[in-house]
Amino acid sequence: MLAVQTHEITKHFGEVRALDGVSLQFEQGIVYGLLGPNGAGKTTLIRILATLSRSTSGTARVAGIDVVDDPMAVRNRIGLGGQFAAVDDYQTGRENVEMVGRLYNLSANESRKRADEVLERIRLTDAADRPVKTYSGGMKRRLDLAASMIGRPEILFLDEPTTGVDPGSRLDLWDLIEDLVEAGTTLLLTTQYLDEADRLADRIGVIDHGKLIAEGTSTELKNRLGGDVVEIHALDGDIDSSAAVLTPIAGEEPVIQGQSLTIPALRGVDTLTQVVRGLDEAGIRPEDIALRKPTLDDVFLALTGRVAEGEDAEARPTGPRGRRGGR
Amino acid sequence: MTTTQPRPKLTISQKLTHTRVITKRNLLRNVRIPQLLVFATIQPVMFLILFNYVFGGAITQGGPAAAVGDYINWLIPGILVQSAVFGSTQTAVGLTEDLRAGVIDRFRSLPMARSAVLTGRTNADTTRNLWVLGLMLAVGYLIGWRFGQGFLRVALAVLLVLFFAYAMSWVMACMGLAIKDTEAVQVAGFLPIFPLVFASSVFVPTDTMPDWLQAFAENQPITIISNAVRSLMLPEQAVEFIGFNQSELIWQSLAWTAGIILVFAPLAIRLYRRISD
Repeated sequence: MLAVQTHEITKHFGEVRALDGVSLQFEQGIVYGLLGPNGAGKTTLIRILATLSRSTSGTARVAGIDVVDDPMAVRNRIGLGGQFAAVDDYQTGRENVEMVGRLYNLSANESRKRADEVLERIRLTDAADRPVKTYSGGMKRRLDLAASMIGRPEILFLDEPTTGVDPGSRLDLWDLIEDLVEAGTTLLLTTQYLDEADRLADRIGVIDHGKLIAEGTSTELKNRLGGDVVEIHALDGDIDSSAAVLTPIAGEEPVIQGQSLTIPALRGVDTLTQVVRGLDEAGIRPEDIALRKPTLDDVFLALTGRVAEGEDAEARPTGPRGRRGGR
Repeated sequence: MTTTQPRPKLTISQKLTHTRVITKRNLLRNVRIPQLLVFATIQPVMFLILFNYVFGGAITQGGPAAAVGDYINWLIPGILVQSAVFGSTQTAVGLTEDLRAGVIDRFRSLPMARSAVLTGRTNADTTRNLWVLGLMLAVGYLIGWRFGQGFLRVALAVLLVLFFAYAMSWVMACMGLAIKDTEAVQVAGFLPIFPLVFASSVFVPTDTMPDWLQAFAENQPITIISNAVRSLMLPEQAVEFIGFNQSELIWQSLAWTAGIILVFAPLAIRLYRRISD
């Protein structure tokens, strides 16, 4: 059965088209990664699928159920975890999770048992009876994940589960999410991190300005670039002169991100040799030079002409309030 | 593809459970963050003491207030209503904080009764109000307030005030859901409250106010509730001297309170349903 199926979903906030005709579908049992920069419409789509918000036009089904037609049935089958870790600081971890269990209509007993299970799975058993205000940011995310799982959802929506957490906690969260997926939960994950989508998602949809601009497995998306790339890190003053060397070799302008210049390695190692020789002849000494596989960064750049992680979440001033106003 | 399962409908008992769970959660916040309760308590007690000692002497020089003996006996019923109404702004504050934290989003994604988030909030705020009212009566007793007609009448009066506080919580729920911002709602919530509380019989009898203001003051709910409470708390001779009609005041209070709930509770639930569209 299809876990999620949307048809030409649009969502307008006044003049702003947050979603501009998104059609996507994926079957149960996979991890679907929705990848895009901040403001691309990812959260808006999740909110529509999780019955928090209504689309302006188009239809959406979750587990085969129309989200407008029967939102309660949808809510029975989903779990929602988010970038804002909506847990109460003044309650303990266990109280938070049990409360959500009760609101999923589990009995008090079931809630208690299930809370033990999910807390164990999320490795928070030791901290379960401490107030959440003593938790680290990463622990709060894990607790949020536990709360979203207590109702045994068929489909879990995780909206930017690692945005704003430190790198160590991020790896922990990835491990936990992988465990979840092994246990058979269908997952729709949004992220602005390409490495995250690369690692976790079976299928990736790239979203930008409210449109799905590409879809496929991580390998398929990378293959769109047609192979390896040569990347050099130029010294500060050398970026323009390096570009002048690279352009004739590639037959196109290099992609420049900060001090890094990238061109497709059309002839593999030979291209690398040409670049080294060309730079040497021009008297340019780069900091670093490498032949590498394309990353999703390169894919995103090729698709949108922009760097995906350029607008980072940390740069946003107001967190959820900003999102609510803008999205 | 169409669904064949019957639509799940929540049973009454499930809805009650949801309300209870949310009420408990909100009350827990007062217990676990003691500063909240301490400051929520200090302010009304401070008002009580200030008004009693600053205005008390001047106000009981003549008129209806003089008939009750010490000013504290006039003041206590009014200030109970004032505290309950001020306290109701916490409903708006609590809701906007939950909105900002994303807790409301979580609740809205759960297969729970949507009304429970609001009833759980107003229930908890009313319970907290009961604590504040009890404390005010205790402090009032220490500084000279006495029952005029026995304990049962006082209990009935407290119930009237609580019921009104519950109604005001629904008004404030609407403001919170419409304004959505904690700081803004803290200011906005008091805008309707200040004229209602001060242009009323809460602190002073209305008969020295200019005619136009008197017309407003005497017919607005806060005066009516305050006077209803007075008619239950003052000695019977004083009630008679001032000319309070006890049963009429009680019925009017109940009618105002019920009317406010009937208008604002459905409105709040509607605002809640549409909160993100």
